[in-house]
Amino acid sequence: MNALETTGLGKRYRRAWALRDCSLAVPAGKVVALVGPNGAGKTTLLHAAMGLLTPTRGEARVLGEAPRTSRTLARVAFVAQDKPLYDGFRVSELLRMGRALNPRWDDGVARCRLAELRIPLDRRAGKLSGGQQAQIALTLALAKRPDLLLLDEPLANLDPLARSEIMGHLMSTVAERDITVVLSTHVIADLAQTCDWLILLSGGRVQVSGDVEELLGAHQMLTGPVEAADALAASTPVVSRRVVGRQVHLLVRASRPIPDPRWSARPVAMEDLVLAYLREPDAAALPRPTLATLAPEGNR
Amino acid sequence: MIGFSLDRSSGVPTYLQLVQQVRHALRTGALAPGDKLPTAAEVVAQLAINPNTVLKAYRELERDGLVAPRPGLGTFVCGTLGGAPLAAHAALRRELTRAVRAARGSGMDTEDIEAVFVSVLHEDAQRGVA
Repeated sequence: MNALETTGLGKRYRRAWALRDCSLAVPAGKVVALVGPNGAGKTTLLHAAMGLLTPTRGEARVLGEAPRTSRTLARVAFVAQDKPLYDGFRVSELLRMGRALNPRWDDGVARCRLAELRIPLDRRAGKLSGGQQAQIALTLALAKRPDLLLLDEPLANLDPLARSEIMGHLMSTVAERDITVVLSTHVIADLAQTCDWLILLSGGRVQVSGDVEELLGAHQMLTGPVEAADALAASTPVVSRRVVGRQVHLLVRASRPIPDPRWSARPVAMEDLVLAYLREPDAAALPRPTLATLAPEGNR
Repeated sequence: MIGFSLDRSSGVPTYLQLVQQVRHALRTGALAPGDKLPTAAEVVAQLAINPNTVLKAYRELERDGLVAPRPGLGTFVCGTLGGAPLAAHAALRRELTRAVRAARGSGMDTEDIEAVFVSVLHEDAQRGVA
């Protein structure tokens, strides 16, 4: 089953499309990095999945059903970008609210986690540090025992220690039970170790959606002489091209070794891949039979 | 019980780093048959990595006959490393020496040889991963 699926999803705000012709399917059980520059449509996609907005075109489905039915709402948790907690509520009151509003609420897990974090239950949420508020928001979302957890920029404005603790806790939750996590971010470094599915949005369109390992295996970074680049590009899809003197660095979509000995190849890291696609907004790597419209010429 | 640590800038895939650390611990005797490996949840809580990475590493170790899962209990060491590798080292050394001398004889210098060696090693490792 797909945890998240969109078909021709589009959202227009007045004149501008925030998201356009977005079709993707994420299998259940994945940890998904939703990556893209500011304004790429990440938040719009998450809001559409939660049913917080009505699409202009197409549709989103979560856990095989329409968003915002009472069945899906019980199984999906969402933490919005600004980690919204009721500032005036004490932590214990937030827990009570969660218990009252969510049929699958696990109070024990939440209290245990908050004790681990040494977050006092009698403090008002607004008085706690940004890191603690982020931890509380995540704790509440997990106590809901969701099958799909959507996190909009969960790591923004957090120090490295808090980031690592949040990701560590999230990953041990993934290890312990079947849950799909989608987290949006523009910090790539945090994701390379944690995410096994990558969705790359740019200018409101899906550029990449796929299994991280497969994506990395399907690309290589080549270095070779500038004059050989065009011949190579004729037979192999080039995602990005960077010329340094008489050498050129190409990120190409090819899983087999390039037979021409003038090219030296090295494997691609997640960061290389994300940056290469972001630099070339017209390039695409989608699981459908290569519909990629690849840029024949790189920038520069 | 061993703890894992990651070199995030090494470029070595994370699951392979875990595999190598277990193998290393087996070689040095830090792990012996009967010892329990940390659970995926324990490893990921500490390293903040995807649990599937840990499971992949454990599967690889299982395939090599070094560990075995016991349902409901965890993953336990059942094999050992050491002994045979010493002989294998010597054999590899002999063959490499022969190949290096032949390469020098045909005019390659140290850097040429090193470049070819590294790329062969790399390609072969890639083949193993795919």
